[in-house]
Amino acid sequence: MAVAGLALATTAHADPLLDGGKLVLTNGISTLEGASGGGLASWATIAGMETDRGVGVSAHLTGIELADYGWQSHGVSVGIKDRIELSYARQNFDTRKVGAALGLGEGYRFNQDIFGAKVRLVGDTVYGSPLLPQISVGVQHKRSLDGAIVRAVGAASSEGTDFTASATKLVLSKSVLVNATARLTNANQFGLLGFGGPNQAGRTLQFEGSVAYMLTPRLVIGGEYRTRPSNLAIAREDDAHDLFVAWAFTRNATLTAAYADVGSVATFDGQRGGLVSLQFAF
Amino acid sequence: MPFALAFALLAAQPVADAAPQEDPSTIDWEKEFGVEKKVRDPVTGELPVDPYTQSPANAGATPFNGESMAKAFGGQDGIRKIVGRLVDLSETDPRISDIFKNQDTVRLRRTLSEQFCYLLDAGCTYTGRDMKSSHKDLGVTRADLNALVENLQQAMREAKVPFPAQNRLLAKLAPMDRDIVER
Repeated sequence: MAVAGLALATTAHADPLLDGGKLVLTNGISTLEGASGGGLASWATIAGMETDRGVGVSAHLTGIELADYGWQSHGVSVGIKDRIELSYARQNFDTRKVGAALGLGEGYRFNQDIFGAKVRLVGDTVYGSPLLPQISVGVQHKRSLDGAIVRAVGAASSEGTDFTASATKLVLSKSVLVNATARLTNANQFGLLGFGGPNQAGRTLQFEGSVAYMLTPRLVIGGEYRTRPSNLAIAREDDAHDLFVAWAFTRNATLTAAYADVGSVATFDGQRGGLVSLQFAF
Repeated sequence: MPFALAFALLAAQPVADAAPQEDPSTIDWEKEFGVEKKVRDPVTGELPVDPYTQSPANAGATPFNGESMAKAFGGQDGIRKIVGRLVDLSETDPRISDIFKNQDTVRLRRTLSEQFCYLLDAGCTYTGRDMKSSHKDLGVTRADLNALVENLQQAMREAKVPFPAQNRLLAKLAPMDRDIVER
């Protein structure tokens, strides 16, 4: 009886599974590829509101209106003990009128699934030495659902895997968050147009940088830059960049609005426009 | 009432077993278990602590230079009010209030005010213990520390401390986590 009572007391004092103890916004904003980060760039952050003693979950829905295309992404991720992140995202890319011009048919959609995993190796975004950032490595396995078409445009494969290494630090003395990510990738247009091509079949090293300024604990503005390979012979691919504002209007919900520019997509230049993203995290 | 209960229990005992027993309510249990009684200082209202070596290094960070930070926090009075609000919020915060139970929050208010005042170059000497020994056996988790940071942010916001200045103080405190988080 005493043992049962003790066990009960222990249970009563155990941490809840979803401890939700992370500082607001330090889980980042879901990227288009599902991993937590700044929207465009993957960061060293781990998704979800958990700390090192719990589990967290998050879900996102993102829409981008480009000059000629509509782009939509949604996904879920799990953070385990602020150490491991597992993510899934689905991207749907609507070619609208361009689809007809490309001979695919008006409103043809490119789709891909992205399965991600990330592990935090060392450091903390907020705490610890200001000189030691949070450092994570990640993998993103991408599967285009348009195999025949992406191969027809010259892609070497409809599946590919990106490898990332990220360092993220909130420099509190300046209210600035800085992120740098190196990515090994052969994805064409994030993988929507397959992987590799006549110009370059294998992975190349690309860079993602983000700088964000905290206006309040729940309001952040920033910009990102992401270099990308140009593997396909028939269509040039440009670097991407964005300017964003992220607002955690509750502890568990963040609304992001951005101006995004991805350059030329499938021979149609000047693809820039507005991004709106909603993320729920527990 | 306890006396009546004891009497009822005694009355229920068989007469043969009614050996003279000490009334439990008169036993000094604190003495029986060797509990050391601490008496608050009549002047400061603080409980005594084991001796330790005082040093500015105990504050855990180097102070700012110049008047701007002290000014942003409203000088010594402003800092005392912010710390008071932080402790009030934390003592009633269901996430972390347990940590403050049975702690000398009179002393905490003084030493934490001194620490902030020292770090903000507002003209104080820090006389408290270092961060490791002052947080020993509190069992603070990362989530607890995050809750405290949120309470401090609220206290500073209410005191109208500009947000960049809030973060500059947090920058001094953030590296102390390794001495504070125990589990």
